[in-house]
Amino acid sequence: MAGSYGSTLRYKNVERIKSIGKHTLLGASGEVSDFQEILRYLDELIIYDDMWDDGNSLGPKEVHNYLTRVMYNRRNKFDPLFNSLVVGGVKNGQKYLGMVGMIGTHYEDNHVATGFGNHLARPLMRAEWHEDMSFEEAVKLLEKCLLVLLYRDRSAINKFQIAKITEVGVTISEPYALKTFWGFLAFQNPTKGAEGSW
Amino acid sequence: MALRGDWVYENNGGTCVAIAGADYTVVAADTRLSVGYSIYTREFSKICTLADKCVLASSGFQGDMKALQKNLCARHLIYQHQQNKKMSCPAMAQHLSNTLYYKRFFPYYTFNILGGLDNEGKGCVYTYDAVGSYERVGYSCQGTGGTLIMPVLDNQLKSPSPLLLAARDAVTPLSESEAVDLVKDVFASATERDIYTGDKLEIIIVNAAGIRREFIDLRKD
Repeated sequence: MAGSYGSTLRYKNVERIKSIGKHTLLGASGEVSDFQEILRYLDELIIYDDMWDDGNSLGPKEVHNYLTRVMYNRRNKFDPLFNSLVVGGVKNGQKYLGMVGMIGTHYEDNHVATGFGNHLARPLMRAEWHEDMSFEEAVKLLEKCLLVLLYRDRSAINKFQIAKITEVGVTISEPYALKTFWGFLAFQNPTKGAEGSW
Repeated sequence: MALRGDWVYENNGGTCVAIAGADYTVVAADTRLSVGYSIYTREFSKICTLADKCVLASSGFQGDMKALQKNLCARHLIYQHQQNKKMSCPAMAQHLSNTLYYKRFFPYYTFNILGGLDNEGKGCVYTYDAVGSYERVGYSCQGTGGTLIMPVLDNQLKSPSPLLLAARDAVTPLSESEAVDLVKDVFASATERDIYTGDKLEIIIVNAAGIRREFIDLRKD
């Protein structure tokens, strides 16, 4: 939930997960003001789609595609939105999860991450993700990833939200903290194996 | 950072290969999407079937790759509406070249190979650079593993110089299954040494019967 300003941890209550329409969740990392701009774009998209009043609603695939186009076209104008976005949701029983980067690079997979998550969390998820995980198992895996990121990413704070989306609806949890342990031997003397390094 | 302009591109890696035969063409690409030293996903298709006799494989910057493929698909649809027929491979080849050169001063960072059957039903492969320079060849490879694969293809498929022997067709005399086996072998080799190539190989075979797709596992490291 952190919003950094250079190396200062300026904002400690940034909600970086929002629900879009009935079927989608959007999470963002990077520039918070650009994320807010993206939410305005999506607001307009959802409202105009709703106004057709034809029973159709935009699902996660559509939102992902729209955001990919937006990010790519802004990059083409040399005026990017500095965000990496995670788009996920369920529509008509079909689950979907994808990512879009700031220049329009995008992909769909069973687990995604942005920034440091690609280095620290994806390997954990690759090892432990499997089809038909229960919600509790998934939360446990995510918390494991978040904990590693908390230890190793300078811009992380111990305040998280977990969001869940199913066919029925969306729940975004209240902010909560993870239990940390700083007594690892490796943390005691980090330069033990390499004197002089830091 | 934003002033330098190198942030607009990134290389998402990958390798493409195509081989033209007497009455078939094999087009193949790996399915790894990378950025820097990370892998985004192991199952990303770099191949787009534009028309029933025309298949495009691209590698390079994925944003541009997908935009280019979408562009060409849309243009093909318009062509079909206007001309009441599907685009032939040579026609699409010229069109791709024009599309790429159109953005000569802000290029599509994509390295493309177009494969399919020409108007006589013979296999054809067209190879491109990022700004649209193209040539019809008997075989080609592009992408991060291209330099590793090209010498092997040259060794196996290149016709001897017409000064030594009578000139032959650019297309290979190999059978379809031999060409597919060769493609699998070259990709296995490229995967060993190129960090951006691996995970899975998608092979598309275009012949008179239509388009067939195969997937082979590659090393995931």
